[in-house]
Amino acid sequence: MSVPSHLNFYIDPARCIGCQACVQACTECDTHKGISMIHLETVDRARSTQTIPVVCMHCDSPTCAEVCPADAIKRTPDGVVQSARKPRCIACNNCVLACPFGVPKMKVEFELMMKCDMCYDRSSVGLKPMCASVCPSQALFFGTQEEIEALRPQSATIDRFQFGNQTITTRIKMMGPRSVAGQRPEHLDVTAALDPHPPARSVSLGVLNGSH
Amino acid sequence: MSNPPSNLLPILDRFGPHLNRASPVRLATDAEPDRLVKTHCCFCGQQCGIQLKVKDNVVTGFEPWYDFPFNRGMLCPKGVKRYLQGAHPDRLLTAFKRDTTVPEGFSPMGYQEAITRVASEIARIQKTYGNAAMGVLSGASLTVEKAYLMGKFARVCLKTPYIDYNGRLCMVSAGAGNKKAFGIDRAANPWCDIPKAELIWISGANVAECAPITTEYVWQARDNGAKIIVVDPRITPLARTCDLFLPVKPGRDIALFNGVLHLMIEKGWIDRTFIDAFTVGFDKVAEHVHDWTPAKTADVTGIPERLIRQAAEWWGTAKTSFLMHARGIEHHSHGVQNVLGAINIVLASGRIGREGCGYGTITGQANGQGGREHGQKCDQLPGWRDISNPKHRAHIAKLWGIAEPDMPGPGVDCYEMFRKIDAGEIKGLISLCFNPMVSLPDNNFIARALGKLEFYVAIDFFMNETARHADIVLPGSLQEEDEGVVTQIEGKVIKINKAVDCPGDARQDWKIVQDIAAALERPTGFTFDSPRAIFDELRLTSKGGVADYSGITYEKIEKQYGVCWPCYSEDPTGKPIDHPGTPRLFEPGSWNVVAKGAGPYYFPDGKARFNVAPYTPPTEETDAEYPLMLTTGRVVSQFLSGTQTRRIGPLVDQYPEPRIEMHPRLAETMGIKDGDWVTAESRRGDCTLQAMVVTTIRPDTIFIPYHWPGRKSANQLTISAQDPISKIPEYKVCAARIRKADGPPEWAGKLEPQQG
Repeated sequence: MSVPSHLNFYIDPARCIGCQACVQACTECDTHKGISMIHLETVDRARSTQTIPVVCMHCDSPTCAEVCPADAIKRTPDGVVQSARKPRCIACNNCVLACPFGVPKMKVEFELMMKCDMCYDRSSVGLKPMCASVCPSQALFFGTQEEIEALRPQSATIDRFQFGNQTITTRIKMMGPRSVAGQRPEHLDVTAALDPHPPARSVSLGVLNGSH
Repeated sequence: MSNPPSNLLPILDRFGPHLNRASPVRLATDAEPDRLVKTHCCFCGQQCGIQLKVKDNVVTGFEPWYDFPFNRGMLCPKGVKRYLQGAHPDRLLTAFKRDTTVPEGFSPMGYQEAITRVASEIARIQKTYGNAAMGVLSGASLTVEKAYLMGKFARVCLKTPYIDYNGRLCMVSAGAGNKKAFGIDRAANPWCDIPKAELIWISGANVAECAPITTEYVWQARDNGAKIIVVDPRITPLARTCDLFLPVKPGRDIALFNGVLHLMIEKGWIDRTFIDAFTVGFDKVAEHVHDWTPAKTADVTGIPERLIRQAAEWWGTAKTSFLMHARGIEHHSHGVQNVLGAINIVLASGRIGREGCGYGTITGQANGQGGREHGQKCDQLPGWRDISNPKHRAHIAKLWGIAEPDMPGPGVDCYEMFRKIDAGEIKGLISLCFNPMVSLPDNNFIARALGKLEFYVAIDFFMNETARHADIVLPGSLQEEDEGVVTQIEGKVIKINKAVDCPGDARQDWKIVQDIAAALERPTGFTFDSPRAIFDELRLTSKGGVADYSGITYEKIEKQYGVCWPCYSEDPTGKPIDHPGTPRLFEPGSWNVVAKGAGPYYFPDGKARFNVAPYTPPTEETDAEYPLMLTTGRVVSQFLSGTQTRRIGPLVDQYPEPRIEMHPRLAETMGIKDGDWVTAESRRGDCTLQAMVVTTIRPDTIFIPYHWPGRKSANQLTISAQDPISKIPEYKVCAARIRKADGPPEWAGKLEPQQG
């Protein structure tokens, strides 16, 4: 069983309404029942209702696995990075500190790193993950590239992220505006976006607030 | 008689609300469910399809129902966790009677003994004071079958005019406005028209929190290139990324609609051909809005003039559009006028009754639509008929097997019923699916009125805050313990399927009502053996009415994933037909039972009505003493009075207690910081809650969500002013003031977040 290669997971932050259906549904996934793995970030509630859902980005070359001294984190051939394996995980927290997206969670009570595994029990048999199934705004979308391009013609998918000198490509795709200053974004410069005064022409997270 | 125990703690200890969380059987990942039951969520008017996992007569979880077209598997957090209302420690498993000798105030009693006692009290009250001394309160979360039965029970069994329902707090302004303008009260379009529109106008609807699945339809429209206009005193999650946000002052929506229509006429952005062919009354409305210049509109609404001009231009020049509204414009003492104002700009645009050209009100409760059609409203008989209309009375009396003069006349709205209780005219009360101690405005008055009843019986599955005042509480059924139909947001009739049996002595509500009728020795007409049998009678009684269900069957609903009424069983000549239902109203050339071919609208001439909608300010204007406007509403993780959702652990965790939303500019002047205890006061009551200081609300307005009871209840402050036509209470605006509290309220640290 593996996640079919034509099925992708897309995050479209401009759609998120912060309802937490994903957070609640994540606890219903059979691979980690009762524990929510998704992060729903409230950006700055004092000034905005903006929220951003963060699932594991399932990196092609996962930093969490690279820094794991116990070789406990495996990426299955279908591109899904799994939670740490219980017999190997030493709960050292390296992965939690190293993940550029801040995804893994250290469950101290189990001495185990756990994270989003794209509802492997569901996605590996071609079913949608719980969060993307229920998401009322479809900020979380699971389907084919053809489907999302047909449904959201004004958005482009991005799966390359720049963190300083590190370039990361991911199985999960972010939706952003189709063009910024006339150019289709090739990657998202996350470090630059964190700068309160991003240099001109870089893609800032601010542009994700509205798609046009 | 009906006062609850003064010490709240023992009653909370015994009956909750306590929080239910996933139990071991629900957490087990190796426990294969016995079956999956395709049904619908028990909460809001969208009625999302869901499959419930059932094991050993317990709903243990859910599986998305991807094939159901409306939501395609999508659910909000309430839908995800709704299964936790079952197998709940607070569930009433027996009947209870008031018992002042025990600290919790109630002791269990046998079901049959309870029914006998209820019947004898009803008989005593009616013998002493007359039939009209009994009142019935019912609700729009009930199935159509139950709603129909409650209307019939009041008129035929109790012979009282006094029945009304909690949809009075919900859909009646929209209903009355639609009736005046279109002659029919239903969302005009299926939601699949939303993504086909190039302009979406949302007035007074916190779509993301109150109708979350509708968000996806709106976003799909945006991804197809649509512009979105949101009118609201708060930047709701959906408003955050809209194209034009109009921060209206609470209670001024009609002024905005009149101002927009003024500009449409001035600029020639109206559809003259449509107006001439399909409407009457335009000229009077045009004359009325002549005074509503952009400057005056801006002055009244608090919206900058350039935004009003922009909105009018986009609305005026769009080729396709969808306008929707909800309680934000309807919960006003001029709620009907607000709705008429909205309809006026739709009719003037000519964009209705076609693909991608739509209008609709967003229903609140599960059966907010079907619950307002078949006779549990005080002035209504089945099939959306009028209890004052001699022909309608004669027709239904004949079908019910009673003499027409024995059919009571119109009653009064539910708030007026409480005034009659307070005045000593109504002495006995039966309630089902209604929790007025949380949901009605100025609830200190409601408590006082309940205390004057000689006898009050509440039917519910949990001991809700109003049931604490009851003499007898009968154990009713959860949605998943019964079957029946409800009519959702698009006017589509869908089927609730039974997943589990009632536990203990609990009974399906329709059986309880019939048991009371039998014990009163008035069983005629109340001997149904199943919801299907009730539905078959309803189909017959609705036939020929505007809300015609006669062509709908449980089987057709399953086959078509729902059937939109009107759904006829016969064609205009009386020949039996297999009618598919009516997803989109007002299509040119369409036939209906009122116009009979004269036109698409539900008036004898087939034309829609423009209605002059004069602006009046809210009942209670702000002044030096109470300088702020208080508005109330919902949060996404709670539902209505919280009887169910305040018992579901993960939903309470998400938003545990109400907070007072206010702008930092206001907070600063009072020395208030985020999280401080703040006392909000109105002329009716006060409430001390924590502050939530955010820039996403008008600085002259505060917002409190209303789902909590007791001293946490926003409805201690709200005003019981009502719309003169619809009788909806003015929840959305009253005068208030705030001050930094002297300290935490008395309940802080004593009561759990969900309790009060």
